[in-house]
Amino acid sequence: MLEKALTGSRGYGIWVALLLTLAAIGFFFYLRQLNYGLGITGMSRDVSWGLYIAQFTFLVGIAASAVMLVLPYYLHDYKAFGKITVLGEFLAVSAVIMCITFVLVDLGQPGRAINLLLYPSLRSVLFWDVIVLNGYLLINIVTGWTVLGCEKKSIPPPAWVKPLIILSIPWAISIHTVTAFIYAGLAGRSFWLTAIMAPRFLASAFASGPALLILFCLILRRFTRFDAGEQAIQTLAKIVAYALATSIFFVLVELFTAFYSQIPGHMQHLKYLFAGLEGHNAIAIWMGVSAVTAMVALILLMIPQTRQREPFLVVACIGVFLSLWIEKGLGLVVTGFVPSPLERITDYTPTGPEWAITGGIWALGLLLITMFYKIFVSVKKEA
Amino acid sequence: MKLYNGGKIIAGIVVFLIAATFPFWYGRGKAVRPPDLKLDTPVIQQLKEKLCVEPAPYMRANHMKLLTVWRDAAVREGNRSYTAINGRVYTISLTSTCLECHSNKKQFCDRCHNYAGAKPACWNCHIIPEEVR
Amino acid sequence: MAPTRRDFLKIAGFSAISLALPPLPSLAAAKAGMPSASDLFARSPGPLQPLKAKRWAMAVDAGKCPPGCRDCIAACHRVHNVPAFGNPKDDVHWIGAERVEDVFPAETHPRLPESIRALSIPVLCNHCENPPCVRVCPTQATFKRADGIVMMDYHRCIGCRFCMAACPYGSRSMNYRDPRPFIPKLNPDFPTRTKGVVEKCNFCEERLARGVLPACVVACREKALTFGDLEDPGSDVRRVLERGFSIRRRPELGTGPQIYYRL
Repeated sequence: MLEKALTGSRGYGIWVALLLTLAAIGFFFYLRQLNYGLGITGMSRDVSWGLYIAQFTFLVGIAASAVMLVLPYYLHDYKAFGKITVLGEFLAVSAVIMCITFVLVDLGQPGRAINLLLYPSLRSVLFWDVIVLNGYLLINIVTGWTVLGCEKKSIPPPAWVKPLIILSIPWAISIHTVTAFIYAGLAGRSFWLTAIMAPRFLASAFASGPALLILFCLILRRFTRFDAGEQAIQTLAKIVAYALATSIFFVLVELFTAFYSQIPGHMQHLKYLFAGLEGHNAIAIWMGVSAVTAMVALILLMIPQTRQREPFLVVACIGVFLSLWIEKGLGLVVTGFVPSPLERITDYTPTGPEWAITGGIWALGLLLITMFYKIFVSVKKEA
Repeated sequence: MKLYNGGKIIAGIVVFLIAATFPFWYGRGKAVRPPDLKLDTPVIQQLKEKLCVEPAPYMRANHMKLLTVWRDAAVREGNRSYTAINGRVYTISLTSTCLECHSNKKQFCDRCHNYAGAKPACWNCHIIPEEVR
Repeated sequence: MAPTRRDFLKIAGFSAISLALPPLPSLAAAKAGMPSASDLFARSPGPLQPLKAKRWAMAVDAGKCPPGCRDCIAACHRVHNVPAFGNPKDDVHWIGAERVEDVFPAETHPRLPESIRALSIPVLCNHCENPPCVRVCPTQATFKRADGIVMMDYHRCIGCRFCMAACPYGSRSMNYRDPRPFIPKLNPDFPTRTKGVVEKCNFCEERLARGVLPACVVACREKALTFGDLEDPGSDVRRVLERGFSIRRRPELGTGPQIYYRL
């Protein structure tokens, strides 16, 4: 089936070439990072994780969100999702590959990455994250590819696929839970030390992932002959609305605990995130955009008249994605480090090379999605 | 059985084989002489018997393994004392023990490593005394 | 595969003759005498009398620290080839000097006398009883020794910086770039680090192995730093702790820090 990704229209070729160019630029800057060290990024002694790890965290959510298609279809026999579960699985595959790439580019000594497996430490959450992420990748490659292969031949998928797909449901929850535990188990970082970190992660994941999937379905409907169906898209939109509302609710819950209890150590991080501390308010401006966008998107998704009209739906989905990307792909990670254990406020600004490498990995992920979806559409056309 | 796209496949295989075997036929007939390692440092000359921590043939083949054992013993187990097979006790230290005798890193370590294309990362951190003093 | 006893036995024939020969010059030199404890760069190249303890700990009599004094920092960084980047972004340090309200935010208040607020407190790795950095390290590159020292294996660190996120004290530094060119004067007796690994105070483990006290302790002219075995009631550090009230940084986190401060 792979060969179907190699041929396509002129527009497809230009799009692939654009993504390859971006990936190549990212790779070029990665070589420079290898040569110079991670100092080429905006990270510092005080803010020692930045854009890369934040992207990783955000994309684990995108990967986990495939479960929002798989669960209704396979556990509740919700037929409308039957056509698009494979799209969810391929989105998960691409997202996990991006996650792993982001972790690798974040390593100071990538050549020693194999030490993770040579000297595993069972007490380290990062070790378990490597295990669950790779397991999830494997499950989704196998199930997605098998199901699509069977569709091509117009035969039902083999019986062993279904248990594997059912397994992917708790597994999806596990990848984002374990990723949340990376943060939520650190005694010294009060911003992350919250029991609702994993639920928060899952809620925002189930909003951002399906929002992205809606956008992909709409793109496929416009540029190809594949139509996911209005019912599937509308159900996804409702899922996004509920998940977004839950996600916002969780953030408000965090704000209540910090600001009603008035514990300075808990308040200061949230102050930095939403208002800025001592004039350091770059992140706060982004978070303002995120908050406004989330509220607008929520309103558009809650009102049936706007949700059902494509232009509003598109705006809402872009809004959800953007808002949660800012919250999780930028704010959440950086704010944990500010102020530092020695009360220092250090601003973090990603550098040009850092953006280029990040963009390159996103291009790589989009390229994978493009190719998977191209294969998917070609198979659907033949079947 | 019919081979589809036979021409392309065979051409591809040929290109692959040429590329994969390139180093062998390119270097055929050319022999690079093994390097001459210099062992006459002042410290070695003072030795009554020219003997390394373990016998030379063993060191030649296994010094990297021995160094790994030394590294883990010193760093991870806090053990800085090594008893050789002949009962002599040595301090585990790359720069103090090894390089005390082999103070001519360029003529001793580097020549062979360059010849073998080995790039040990030791010197990214460990300091070569002759270069500092 | 690491060489084993058996590997050596195979080649034993080669070396049997050398049993009767005198040891290498380095061994002979070592027996000449122990390095003096007051010498910052004390060297002793042979088998030694290491300093050993059940539980190493340090007491910091911060009240003795003169304003602006950085002797302990200078000595530590000089001995351990800690680079001086001169900017906070790349900064690497093992010991820092901090204001009391930043080191003990929960224990201080605005009405403390100026004499205390003006103090500059040395902060370093706390060599925790229950170190979060060790718990999170995915490769066991950082680990706790039986004598309590939290060590870094720079050969194994992959530079993921999970330990930096986990450390509640900001004791760890990342080599964001090659540190070698930024080391003011190389000490040939201690390695530098390579770019891409995390580093921190090692309680002068390499000096204890040679029988000398940590560089910061030796360098302090005010005798503000005391080092010793916490489990030994007669040790220097226990004697200092006996004198009165002392506190530790963020003990409520359960890390069990082993740097005790008297203010």
